[in-house]
Amino acid sequence: MDKLPIYATTGQTIWFYAFRVICGIIFFFLVAPIVVVIPLSFNAQDFFTFTPEMLSFDPAGYSLKHYRDFFTNSDWQSALYNSVRIAPAATILSVGFGTLAAIGLSQDHVPFRRAIMAVLISPMIVPLIISAAGMYFFYSRIGLQGTYIGVVLAHAALGIPFVIITVTATLVGFDRSLTRAAANMGAGPVTTFFRVQMPLILPGVISGGLFAFITSFDEVVVVLFVGSSAQKTLPWQMFTGLREQISPTILAVATILVAISILLLTVVEMLRRRSERMRGIKPT
Amino acid sequence: MSDATNNGPVLSADGMPLKRSLAKALRREKLRALMLIAPLLIFVLVTFIAPIADMLFRSVENNIVEDTLPQTVVALKKWDSKSGSVPDEPVFTALAADLKVAVEAKTHTKLGSRLNYEMTGISSLLRKTGRRVDKWDLEKDAPFKEKFVDVDKDWADPEVWAVIKVFSSKYTSGYFLNAVDLQKTPSGIEPRDEDQRIYITLFMRTIFMSLTIMFSCILLGYPIAFLLANLRPKTSNLLLILVLLPFWTSLLVRTSAWKVLLQQQGVINDILVWIGLVDDGNRLIMINNQFGTIVAMTHILLPFMILPLYSVMQTIPVTYVRAAKSLGATNWTAFWRVYFPQSVPGIGAGCILVFILSIGYYITPELVGGTKGVFISNRIAYHISSSLNWGLGAALGAILLAAVLILYWAYDKIVGIDNVKLG
Repeated sequence: MDKLPIYATTGQTIWFYAFRVICGIIFFFLVAPIVVVIPLSFNAQDFFTFTPEMLSFDPAGYSLKHYRDFFTNSDWQSALYNSVRIAPAATILSVGFGTLAAIGLSQDHVPFRRAIMAVLISPMIVPLIISAAGMYFFYSRIGLQGTYIGVVLAHAALGIPFVIITVTATLVGFDRSLTRAAANMGAGPVTTFFRVQMPLILPGVISGGLFAFITSFDEVVVVLFVGSSAQKTLPWQMFTGLREQISPTILAVATILVAISILLLTVVEMLRRRSERMRGIKPT
Repeated sequence: MSDATNNGPVLSADGMPLKRSLAKALRREKLRALMLIAPLLIFVLVTFIAPIADMLFRSVENNIVEDTLPQTVVALKKWDSKSGSVPDEPVFTALAADLKVAVEAKTHTKLGSRLNYEMTGISSLLRKTGRRVDKWDLEKDAPFKEKFVDVDKDWADPEVWAVIKVFSSKYTSGYFLNAVDLQKTPSGIEPRDEDQRIYITLFMRTIFMSLTIMFSCILLGYPIAFLLANLRPKTSNLLLILVLLPFWTSLLVRTSAWKVLLQQQGVINDILVWIGLVDDGNRLIMINNQFGTIVAMTHILLPFMILPLYSVMQTIPVTYVRAAKSLGATNWTAFWRVYFPQSVPGIGAGCILVFILSIGYYITPELVGGTKGVFISNRIAYHISSSLNWGLGAALGAILLAAVLILYWAYDKIVGIDNVKLG
């Protein structure tokens, strides 16, 4: 598929290019909506579309005022503060519990392995609105509704499947004789874990953690129900912004979030390659 | 064999029978594995499974009538709702006593809104009566039957009493019946009034739109996955980033992007007007309807179709298609009879994933769906945060959950939950 063979017929040649054009259009559909947000966030007007000044690349048509609004407006700042406070706490919880459990699950003899796995993965499968409704009912019973701890616990539960999946994936190729060799040379289980196992599965743990972080950082539905206005996060503020007073500051926030996701994507991709290299799997 | 020659079981080094020693080691291993899993399992059970169970419980729970009117419920047991007559004085005395307590605790309004779901008007009836009952004296003012009828003649309506009786049990199927446009009445199960029958339509619409989204995802995802799987690894890894970027981008960013693009004063309409395809006066309405939801959600869920398809297509050997062609198959036959059947598992996995995710979607339909493009989840959210009919919201949620779990089970059978890959 890389190059057209020299013996290709006219029909094949046409199809070869037509297929590429079709794929190009689909890629455009995938990426364009995200890219279009970026220039619009520099709009000098409060519009959601390109102004004539912007199209003629007149510097007067561009400004940083929406970014300024984001960094000075107290609503947005407190939302940012809440997001930054909730996501790391939830990530630490899910990574801590999740890594331990993933190691347990990758042992040879685990009773009810399938059932346990199904339960642990379920937060990813159950529709968010159902999780949110259930958590709203249950957390108000035990007094966690509308508290910081309640939101952190809820987000940690949502992040766990991602940690389990990524860490078990790195453990699949794990060579057991390494731990046996360590034990043979006199290392205790704890030393073995931190000096032998941990460095090898670290890429999986980190990318699981990043997934958990982005899950919490990007989550709206559960925090809408479990949180109160004191836990208003960035996505929540964006959600209300989109629903009620639609302000172009949202586009500035969106651009910042796109930059963050590009950063995270790069880190995850680098970690994946490193992990494959370390475990001797040829990159595909 | 060793038993026959050695006259006894094989022993391990410490003198214990080998079989037992092995079993013990195995048990220890199992226990260690469980100990590692236990903290997380407990955590998930408390923070996630318990809330789901609570929701399921709320979809059938109906303590409110018995808790608010305990004596009335007992007194009503003797009354036959089919007799067509109003209950006798003892029931009214019990009601007066119950209501006096309820008004004190202000629980009668809650009961009113609960029963109002079943029969319109009971809420105001209880509110009105509550104000008067407060001033009555239980000893001196008896008998109460006339007094109640005097407050509101609805108390002389056997229908009201029948509704109270029907919903006096601790558990009810009423919410589930409401969720499928039926209702529980004194004379059995009946369809709801014409103007209240919205849920079947909503379920059908959710399924129909999810299917549309799923098919659009196959249509757009298949060529991309095919291209990625058949290019040199270097190029395909580069192009894969274009798929992963939307996957990693915040959901709200993508939704707001679509809102910006599809608006009447938005980018797409501007471009169409500029090329002259659309007149400035009648710009296309592409948002706040089903079209908006389908386009935005196809975009959001497309990576979930491409990634499983891609990982399956990577494993299909190129030699098969070459063999087919060298045996005289045309390009189309080679693709359709040889390549496509091998990619079906990927399609299956992607379809279930996309379908599961889309039938439970809330945020995007809420923001770009308007009134015609919303899903069942939007209705659940409405019942929980606005109408406060939690029981009905929970029942709708339970039905949705059942549908998702069946699909989850199918996914596990077809793909295996262990084989889920991310990125």
